[in-house]
Amino acid sequence: MMTMANKLSVILVAILAVPSFAIGQQAESHAAKFNGHEGAGKQLYYRYCWGCHGFRGDGNGENAPYLNPLPRNFVAATFKCRSTPTGTLPTDQDLYNAINRGFNTTNMPSWITLTDQNRTDLISFIKTFSPRWKNEKPGDVINIPPESKLTVESIKHGQEVFQKLECWKCHGQEGRGDGPSASTLTDSNDQPIRPYNFSVGSRFKCGVTNQDLYKIFMTGLDGTPMPSFADTMKPEDAWDLVHFLRTLQVYLKTPELALWQTTKEGAEQIAARRVSGTATGSGIKQ
Amino acid sequence: MHSPLRNRRIACLGSAGFVGFLFLSILLGDIPSACALPLPRTGVYALPAFARKYGMPCSSCHEAWPKLSPFGQSFKDNGYQMGNERDAPIFQQPAYWPVTFRITPTWHRESQNRTTVDDPAGPTGAQMEARVTTHGFDWTGLDFHTAGTLAKNISFYVLPSSNNLGQFHFEAVWTRFNNLLGTTWLNVKVGKFELDNLLSEKRILTLSQVGGLYQNYHFQPPGESSYVFGIGDNQVGAELMGHSKNDRTRYSAALLSSNDGNPGLPSGRGYNTFLAASHAFEAGTLGVQRIGAFAYIGQAPTYFQYKASGANIAGTGIGNKGFYRAGLIGMWYIKKLDVTTMYFHGWDSAFLGTNTPANGALPDGAQGPTWNGGLFETHYTVNPQLILINRYELIRMSRQAFVTNPGNLGNLDALTFGYRYYPFISSRAGFAFHNEFARLRQRGTTLTGLDMTTNSLLLGFDFAF
Repeated sequence: MMTMANKLSVILVAILAVPSFAIGQQAESHAAKFNGHEGAGKQLYYRYCWGCHGFRGDGNGENAPYLNPLPRNFVAATFKCRSTPTGTLPTDQDLYNAINRGFNTTNMPSWITLTDQNRTDLISFIKTFSPRWKNEKPGDVINIPPESKLTVESIKHGQEVFQKLECWKCHGQEGRGDGPSASTLTDSNDQPIRPYNFSVGSRFKCGVTNQDLYKIFMTGLDGTPMPSFADTMKPEDAWDLVHFLRTLQVYLKTPELALWQTTKEGAEQIAARRVSGTATGSGIKQ
Repeated sequence: MHSPLRNRRIACLGSAGFVGFLFLSILLGDIPSACALPLPRTGVYALPAFARKYGMPCSSCHEAWPKLSPFGQSFKDNGYQMGNERDAPIFQQPAYWPVTFRITPTWHRESQNRTTVDDPAGPTGAQMEARVTTHGFDWTGLDFHTAGTLAKNISFYVLPSSNNLGQFHFEAVWTRFNNLLGTTWLNVKVGKFELDNLLSEKRILTLSQVGGLYQNYHFQPPGESSYVFGIGDNQVGAELMGHSKNDRTRYSAALLSSNDGNPGLPSGRGYNTFLAASHAFEAGTLGVQRIGAFAYIGQAPTYFQYKASGANIAGTGIGNKGFYRAGLIGMWYIKKLDVTTMYFHGWDSAFLGTNTPANGALPDGAQGPTWNGGLFETHYTVNPQLILINRYELIRMSRQAFVTNPGNLGNLDALTFGYRYYPFISSRAGFAFHNEFARLRQRGTTLTGLDMTTNSLLLGFDFAF
């Protein structure tokens, strides 16, 4: 026989468990420590996002015709910045990071002023636009091995990889995004797209760290001409390429640039790439 | 709103005690016409020009325009920049011109009891008290906002603003250097600008004659001559401001000319200071909660060193005496409901409080007036298109300028409620149907020493493009 105290305990647990269970059922995204809720995300979306991404999430908001690049089409569910292999859906954390970070040189700002809960809620709602989220699971997060040691040799080897993989065809020999193929590139919306210009950028499309850059090689930027090199590039080569690409950011103080500067070859390259003169109205040295 | 309009408004609402009343009656001729003023709202900030530039709806930066959302506050604190290397005008279409105008056609009704009027049955010059009620169609002043970036990390704001007679003044003229030394903690602004108030009168959601300003910001004890001061007004000076990247922590310190934002050099020889700091924190699903403190510290001259043909020579005001206003503020969000609470404290030197030149002796019983104020404002944002507004303000004198004054002389209560409905939300223009009622009661400030009560009812179409 249950005592009265035990009965009350059972009732109390049941009362507490019901709302917890209900909340658990509503959670549709998980990022950081938060569970996102579609309903709350919907309200946020129709306050902040619809102007560009559209009422139906198809990237056809009232401002889309005026934006370059076009806003993300959530119905297609093709995402650039992922930690998952090319062609797969990103993780909730990937989407969370994208909302947090924004996309440099686009109209998508950082939404870091929203709360963590807000951003997670938004992800829940964004995922309702495409049937892919019902039929597929996000890809497995790729393994990122520890970064290899930064040496002059790793930078030089990275430069060789840059040539071998013909990165220069799009990004240009000096990383200015002006390679011979640059003008022909289009994205999945058939819109012209410019390769990343390392010489002026301080942030990459998908983050600021070496790991973020490594991830871009290995996952590709889906929806753009930037492919994944996961099947063709060894991890150690990828890290060396990261080290070399950092030396193309000639206006940033990076350890890679500082090390490269100590060599005669590196110092000459950097001097040639640093164009002095009047800054443009953009405030960015070209 | 600035002088002379704002000063006249203070005369109606804040300084109509016995002594002040007699003084003002002579100065203004009659109180009813002085109180039947154009609507106080001008220079209120909400810029579709930014929405057009960045392709975002009003609702991104404003919970309900002109009230900022945390995202909008961050955008403002970044010098009207998104920080995506696309802020400089070089990235805009050449045809883009960062201009917004705003005006509000209205119908409003103003009613004030115990207004001093001529007594038609009495001898010449005799006066009596009567309720005066006026109403009709009207419009506010016109604001022309131009603002944005001149280059990356260099921002500007120019705001020619008129009253409803079309008489323009400059409500804001400033340039700002953002992210100095590569940090968001160092930003310098110079010119005439909106003070960094968490509860900014330039973002006020109410428009009526009574509800269109924060009483606490402009209050001066009854009987005191109006001196140049106003937290709610834009001021001229230089501001150092900084914030964390997510804008959760903010500070600002401004050195201000003591002329209440009016053009030309000040009448006195002092500077004022405005300090503000706040911190926000996340409270789970409730939202971002923010707490802060502010202080406005200044001096005002009590007499002039030189006169010419009997008139004071501007800039020669001396005998400065001090005053300060300080407060604590909290902005609490409970999902769709948000509550702003403010505690306010004010002190004026006994010389200012009794209008006594500093080179003379204080009258018997003179003392520095002090008072405490409070504000409780709630908004219920049904959705981005509809917001319900309610505000209650009170001011309680804690020490009168003269010990013989009634203890409650000048005490004030103001209640405002209404709603704004935005039929559409877009990134091109803003439009709101506005309906509001406000009531103000001030103790002992009529000719007979009884309470003065003012009611405002306003229906308007507020639009900006």
